[in-house]
Amino acid sequence: MRPRWARRTWPYLLLAPSLLLLAAFTYLPIVRVAWESFYDKPHGAPASLFVGLRNYSDLFADKAFTQAVINNLVYAVGTVPASMALALLFALALQRSGRVNAVMRALLLFPSMVPLVAAASLFFFIFLPGVGLFDYYLGKLGLHGFNWLGDPDVALWSLVGITVWKNAGYYMLFYLAGLQTLPGDVLEAATIDGANGWQRLRHIIVPLLAPTTSFVLVIALINVLTQVDHVIVLTKGGPSNSTKLVLYYIFEQAHENFAYGRAAAASVISVSVLLAVSLVSLKTMERGAHAAG
Amino acid sequence: MRRASVRGGLVVTGLMVVTVFLWSTPFLWTLVASFRPDNSGGIHMASLLPDYTPTLANFIEALESGDFAVYYLNTAIVAFGILAVQIVTISLAGYAFARLEFPGRDVIFYVFLLQLMLVPPILIVPNLRMIVDLGLYNTLLGVMLPYFASAFGTFLMRQTFRQIPRDFEEAATIDGARWWQVLWHVLLPMAKPGLVAFSLVSLMAHWNEFLWPLMVLNEPSKQTLTVGLASFALGTEGGKEWGLLAAGTLLVMLPLLALFAVFQRQFINSFMFSGLKG
Repeated sequence: MRPRWARRTWPYLLLAPSLLLLAAFTYLPIVRVAWESFYDKPHGAPASLFVGLRNYSDLFADKAFTQAVINNLVYAVGTVPASMALALLFALALQRSGRVNAVMRALLLFPSMVPLVAAASLFFFIFLPGVGLFDYYLGKLGLHGFNWLGDPDVALWSLVGITVWKNAGYYMLFYLAGLQTLPGDVLEAATIDGANGWQRLRHIIVPLLAPTTSFVLVIALINVLTQVDHVIVLTKGGPSNSTKLVLYYIFEQAHENFAYGRAAAASVISVSVLLAVSLVSLKTMERGAHAAG
Repeated sequence: MRRASVRGGLVVTGLMVVTVFLWSTPFLWTLVASFRPDNSGGIHMASLLPDYTPTLANFIEALESGDFAVYYLNTAIVAFGILAVQIVTISLAGYAFARLEFPGRDVIFYVFLLQLMLVPPILIVPNLRMIVDLGLYNTLLGVMLPYFASAFGTFLMRQTFRQIPRDFEEAATIDGARWWQVLWHVLLPMAKPGLVAFSLVSLMAHWNEFLWPLMVLNEPSKQTLTVGLASFALGTEGGKEWGLLAAGTLLVMLPLLALFAVFQRQFINSFMFSGLKG
């Protein structure tokens, strides 16, 4: 037998590598970014100065930031319900096994397998005015496309389109798993009682899938806050800030303008939103992961 | 009624075939455009019909112009390097959570769970400074280090280990095996489905990652595929070399699509289990 102190400490030793790394790259950075959001280093100054809440007041006075927050909200409203609704429809249509359905499921899943950067570089061409894939085929139908990425009124919606295209198939997987857990007898009883397809969907299937829906919702919300690869490749936040999302703003402030204080303040706000989402959904996450497993 | 539902099923299938076709057109275009000879595109570059004699010229040019070999190597080092270390850290931590009793276990477990949501992209600013402080700026190790621990992997291994009956370990322990022998020879082989699932999710997440390597690496010779593709795409845009862009993008996606084709079932299972990447 090992000595008592060794038995006491060795669970912590097994956890130590993971805990150390989680501390170094998740929890300490949160503390650090909060700390740094109160400091600023003016040009040419040798060290950072404590500036109180000035980074925050500068942030909210910056039209580009408020625009980024609004864009992010529009982007969330545009991508989350649409991709989840499509995911549910796809899952309902393809839930039966069979070779054709399996192929269609795989094809719908493809977009979520490829890097967002790769998807974005394809859409470079697809959105190209005049000769791109969209305009070429719209032209054959006698329709006129938009300046998909160049028009400030349209560009954000083009990015919404890419995101829905990329994520709907992925979310479909969760709904497929959820549908498998539905009690068949309830649906059968409802059918015998004369419930039509829409009634079954609305009053039985959707309510029973609520745990899946909240699980997918959390993932979708995280994606809204953390994915900007397509913005970087396709629009760089433009034209006239119309596609600037909050994380892109942070990236730009830190990486291109070297405005660390302001980037830190914006990070703090993002992390707070994400933490709020997480705390509300921790229980859901655990349940959802169990249900899906 | 039965006839009506058969007809309804056909309508749904028909609608889905059309939808799936439309959904796949970006990939279809990539495939068609990447084999298109230079001189047959022009105004019909967007055409989805392969009305030409296929050529590999675009692929050859992409491979020559874009340092793809270096990008492949760097990406492979990053993705497999992260995975190798993760397997050690998540096995140890998963084992501790699944099999050991110790004070603070639940609290520590929630510390792990919360990290599932605090995904690294949101912490790029402070994490980059950490990497700079550690002297790892512009190194592949700097790209990998923040991912060496995985809350998701730990969670997955805990679940997997808990499903294995304790009898096996007890038998091994009676035979005089040490805990690490039990973990290595008994538990890990039985946890293979969980490990495969985790490996696929992790490899894919890090193969696809863009923002973090973009920030950490600043030399062309150190870039990963996604970062290389982004600058490649910006380069081809100027030259209007769309066939080249299609070929380059296909080269980046190919390993993943091949992996997906081979491990389709495991992929689907692991993604449904994960929900979160990496």
